[in-house]
Amino acid sequence: MSDPGIKRARPLSPHLQVYRPQMTSVMSILHRATGYALAVGTIMMVWMLLAAATGADAFTVFTDFCASALGQVMLFGWSVALFYHMSNGIRHLIWDTGYLFKLKNAYRAGYVVLGMTVVMTGLFWLCVCVWS
Amino acid sequence: MAQFTLPKNSKVAKGKSVDVTTAQTQRARTFKVYRWNPDEDDNPRLDEYTLDLDQFGPMILDAMIYIKNEVDSTLTFRRSCREGICGSCAMNIDGTNTLACTKAIDDVKGDVKITPLPHMPVVKDLVPDQKHAIAQYNAIEPWLKTDSPPPSRERLQSPEDSDMLNGKDGHGPAGCILCFCCSTSCPSYWWNGDRFMGPATLMQAHRWIADSRDEATGERLDQLEDPFRLYRCHTIMNCTNTCPKGLNPAKSIAEIKKMMVTRKA
Repeated sequence: MSDPGIKRARPLSPHLQVYRPQMTSVMSILHRATGYALAVGTIMMVWMLLAAATGADAFTVFTDFCASALGQVMLFGWSVALFYHMSNGIRHLIWDTGYLFKLKNAYRAGYVVLGMTVVMTGLFWLCVCVWS
Repeated sequence: MAQFTLPKNSKVAKGKSVDVTTAQTQRARTFKVYRWNPDEDDNPRLDEYTLDLDQFGPMILDAMIYIKNEVDSTLTFRRSCREGICGSCAMNIDGTNTLACTKAIDDVKGDVKITPLPHMPVVKDLVPDQKHAIAQYNAIEPWLKTDSPPPSRERLQSPEDSDMLNGKDGHGPAGCILCFCCSTSCPSYWWNGDRFMGPATLMQAHRWIADSRDEATGERLDQLEDPFRLYRCHTIMNCTNTCPKGLNPAKSIAEIKKMMVTRKA
C-alpha cells in the first residue's frame, strides 16, 4: 500500500478457517477427492494387467496384495469412490442442462447421490461375497 | 496455486474480552469480532464482547451498533440501510456470509463469531477492500448496450421478458444488491479470484445477456468465453446457499454456460 499512514500490508480475511462446511462445498470437494482416488485405483488396474501379462507368479503377488488387509481397504475405497463419483457426476450432468438449481432440489439430489453410493457399494460387495 | 492457510501477517490472534453484563442481565450473549487496525503493527485478533441482549434490537447489526456506541467506539464496519437493500453490512456471521442487518441473533446458537467477507484484503476490522470485485463488475459493462436508434420513448419489454430479469418470484438476477456475499463464499473465487469473475459479477453478466432490450449479447458472451472468467465455476453452489436475498447465482452461471454451447450449434 502506498498510503503513508499504513504500517503493514493488509491482512487476508479468514476463509477456510471460518467458513462453515456445508453439503454444497463438502460434496464438491469429495467429488474431486474421489476423482483422484479413482486415478490411483487405475494404477492398481494397470498393475493387474501387467501382472497378468507377465505370468502366474507375478499375478499371485497381485492377488495376494488384494487379499491383504491393505488391499481390501483399497478395493473397498475404490468402489466407494467409483459409485460416489459416478452418481455425483450424473448430478453434475443434470446441472449442466440447467435443472436442480433450486437449493432444495440441489440438496435433495445430494442426498440421493449419497444414498446411491451406499446402495451401489453395498450391492457390489454383496455380489462379490456371494460369487467368490 | 491455491494457498489454503492464511499468510503470516493474517493469522488471527486472541484478543481482549469485555463483559458489560450486570447482575440484572437475563439474556447474555458473547460476540467474537474480528479486529485489525492498520495503524498498529499487530496481527488481526478476535475480541470478545459479552452483552445484555435486552439492551438492543434483535439483529446482529443492532449488537454491532451497540458495541460501537456503548462499548468500543473504535469498532469499524460498513452499514447503511439496516433493511437488507444496500448490501453494505455483508460479513461472515457464524460461518456463512450474510447481511448483519437481516440476520437475527436468535438464529445463531452459542457465541456469535463475526469476521469480514472471506479471502479479501482487510482495510480495517470488518471492512474488506472490494476494489478488485468492483473492477470485475465494471468489466462486464453493466449497462444497456444498443445499436438500434433510440425510440421516441422507453424501450418496452413484455412482462415475460421482464420475468427473465426479475424472476416470476422476484428472485431473478436483477434482485442482486452487490453485497458480494456469494463471490466471497465461493472456493473457486478464493483460489482464482484474480481471473475468475465470481458469482455476483457473473449473475449480473447474465442479467444483461438475458435482457431482451440489450443488443450486445454476442459481445458479452465473447468476453466470458474464457477458461477462467466463466468456467472456474464448478457448481459448488455455496453462492446460492449463502445469498441473503435468496437469489440463485449458480443458476445464472449455468444459463450462461448453456448459451455458450447453444450458440455454437
